[in-house]
Amino acid sequence: MKDFNWDIAKDVLDWKEGEILNIGAICSDRICSRGDGNKAALIWEGFGDKSARYTFDDLRVYSNGFADFLSRQGIQPGDRVCIFMDKIPSLYFSFLGILKLGAIAQPLFSAFGDESLEVRLASAGTRAIITTRKHVRKVRKIKDRLPDLEKIIVVEGNPEKLKEGEIFFDVENSPRVEEFDVYHAAPETPSVLHYTSGTTGQPKGALHVHNSVWGQALTTSWVLDLQDDDIYWCTADPGWVTGTSYGIIGPWALGATQCVLDSGFTSSRWYKFVQDNRVTVWYSAPTAIRALMKDGHELVDSFDLSSLRHLASVGEPLNAEAVIWSGEVFGGLKFHDTFWQTETGAMMITNFPGMEIRPGSMGKPFPGIEASVLDLTTHLPVEEAGKVGLIAFRPGWPSMFRQYWKQPDVYRSKFVGASPNAMPDELRTNTDLWYVSGDRASIDRDGYYWFVGRDDDVINTGGHLVGPFEIESALVEHEAIAEAAAVGKPDKVNMEVVKAFVTLKPGYEPSDELELNIMNFIRKRLSPLAMPQEIEYRDKLPKTRSGKIVRRYLRAIEWGEEVGDLSSLSDE
Amino acid sequence: MDEMKEVVLEYITDEYLDEDDEDEVSYDSPLISSGIVDSFSMVSLKRFLETKYSIKLSDEEATPEAFDTVNSICILVGKHLG
Repeated sequence: MKDFNWDIAKDVLDWKEGEILNIGAICSDRICSRGDGNKAALIWEGFGDKSARYTFDDLRVYSNGFADFLSRQGIQPGDRVCIFMDKIPSLYFSFLGILKLGAIAQPLFSAFGDESLEVRLASAGTRAIITTRKHVRKVRKIKDRLPDLEKIIVVEGNPEKLKEGEIFFDVENSPRVEEFDVYHAAPETPSVLHYTSGTTGQPKGALHVHNSVWGQALTTSWVLDLQDDDIYWCTADPGWVTGTSYGIIGPWALGATQCVLDSGFTSSRWYKFVQDNRVTVWYSAPTAIRALMKDGHELVDSFDLSSLRHLASVGEPLNAEAVIWSGEVFGGLKFHDTFWQTETGAMMITNFPGMEIRPGSMGKPFPGIEASVLDLTTHLPVEEAGKVGLIAFRPGWPSMFRQYWKQPDVYRSKFVGASPNAMPDELRTNTDLWYVSGDRASIDRDGYYWFVGRDDDVINTGGHLVGPFEIESALVEHEAIAEAAAVGKPDKVNMEVVKAFVTLKPGYEPSDELELNIMNFIRKRLSPLAMPQEIEYRDKLPKTRSGKIVRRYLRAIEWGEEVGDLSSLSDE
Repeated sequence: MDEMKEVVLEYITDEYLDEDDEDEVSYDSPLISSGIVDSFSMVSLKRFLETKYSIKLSDEEATPEAFDTVNSICILVGKHLG
């Protein structure tokens, strides 16, 4: 696209220089100021018959309420405030409130176990956590080991059940806060801290800034094609980046009405939700789409889904069969795949509405994004169509992550061509570098990208990245396990699921009961996503001569791939 | 069947609910649709049933609907036990 620049996003939002740049205010106050205060912002349904409907004016007032409350608790701009709850309305209000205060929102997936929670809170030096009666128990188990965590705020449940030091705050039953002095953020003021997993070490915090809103709003407008009268449903949980970039920021910056379903997954419940709320635009994930496929055509036909007009997907590659199936069962509507990740903050490679969809392809780079695939050895752009390389982007797009929280060396390692001591601010603005995503793809003659797989050992299960190191560290804490390796194995619905290879300590014997015990051990400590769905007992694990476990060997066997050069393996 | 229901209910209470959880789970309580058991955790519940009752449940049978209550789980397991 000629003459593209990111300021187009400001035109799309009709945002003028001099206005407050604060995502919290852009998503609520600003929509009210333009006269849409009574428009529905959030249509919420929970388990059972619970439902609620909130206008943009409600968003404005309730986010003010959180900002005011946190301020009175002593939370300062720049403090990290964790949101740890299911997809209840207070999650959305508190997210905007934290940003209005100038603090950094740190949303975490509510299914995380106490160990996963502790690692992320300790890393971020989180000062306050906002949670619910259901999830505060996990916080209680770890709070004594988190000296920075000063405030534990519970937003739902019976306040009489709280323990000493916990604070109850129910924004909807508190005095309305009509005015709040919103923090005047600079473009580079930190906004959101999302944790993501890598191959080595514990999860890293990808830090985003208020300037990200331009990338998120413009991609929401152009790729998801949100219009004023749309009813939009993003199925992602805001514990993950899709749930904030496209489940909060993008749609509400545009003033769109969105729906949230806080309930366990069943196909019929999802279809009913679309039908009852007359959803028009639906952004979901391949894992969910494949689960819907499993339940078949007849179930789709038993609901009135005629309101749908645009479908999109993200999380892992969307297989061609799923694209074709959606066209057949949703009246010709095909899911439009999009590619991006926690670090990019917004969509990078997309299928636009109206673009020819090639089932199985991720589409083409979004305007303003210079993308390529780099040769696996030379790290130079691949010229040859169809040749596999590393997906890479030139730095500089607005929603790009600004650092891994306090890990400049790890940040630097993501850039090809970086000088040894370059700091994050130099790296993110240097358009001679390539930011390497960690995924592999090829580009066809017409510029369509085709996903191949991860370039590392990170496991993509159900669209969520899980780090093998974190799982292995937890596995060896089990009383029966001596050594462990975790890899992804193919799965029809989730693309990959975790498989663990373990050796047992003397005195322990392999059994089905032990396997179940280990599975539940990991599920509770880390999360259901990290739970191995299969455990293979081995007498020994493949290692290099220096004693490092060779995951790639185990992974290759699971995927039926060539195991490659084994000369570095120990003979033992 | 009543004994099986007790066993399954006890396992779910022990594994998926916290000790001080105020939610009461009965034979008819929704498990999947309520979020007590998510789709990933269903795998460990399935493994428990297979181990406990020496059966094999196919992926086609182990649907969120079939696993949504203790009653529906026991009907599914009962079919395999004959």
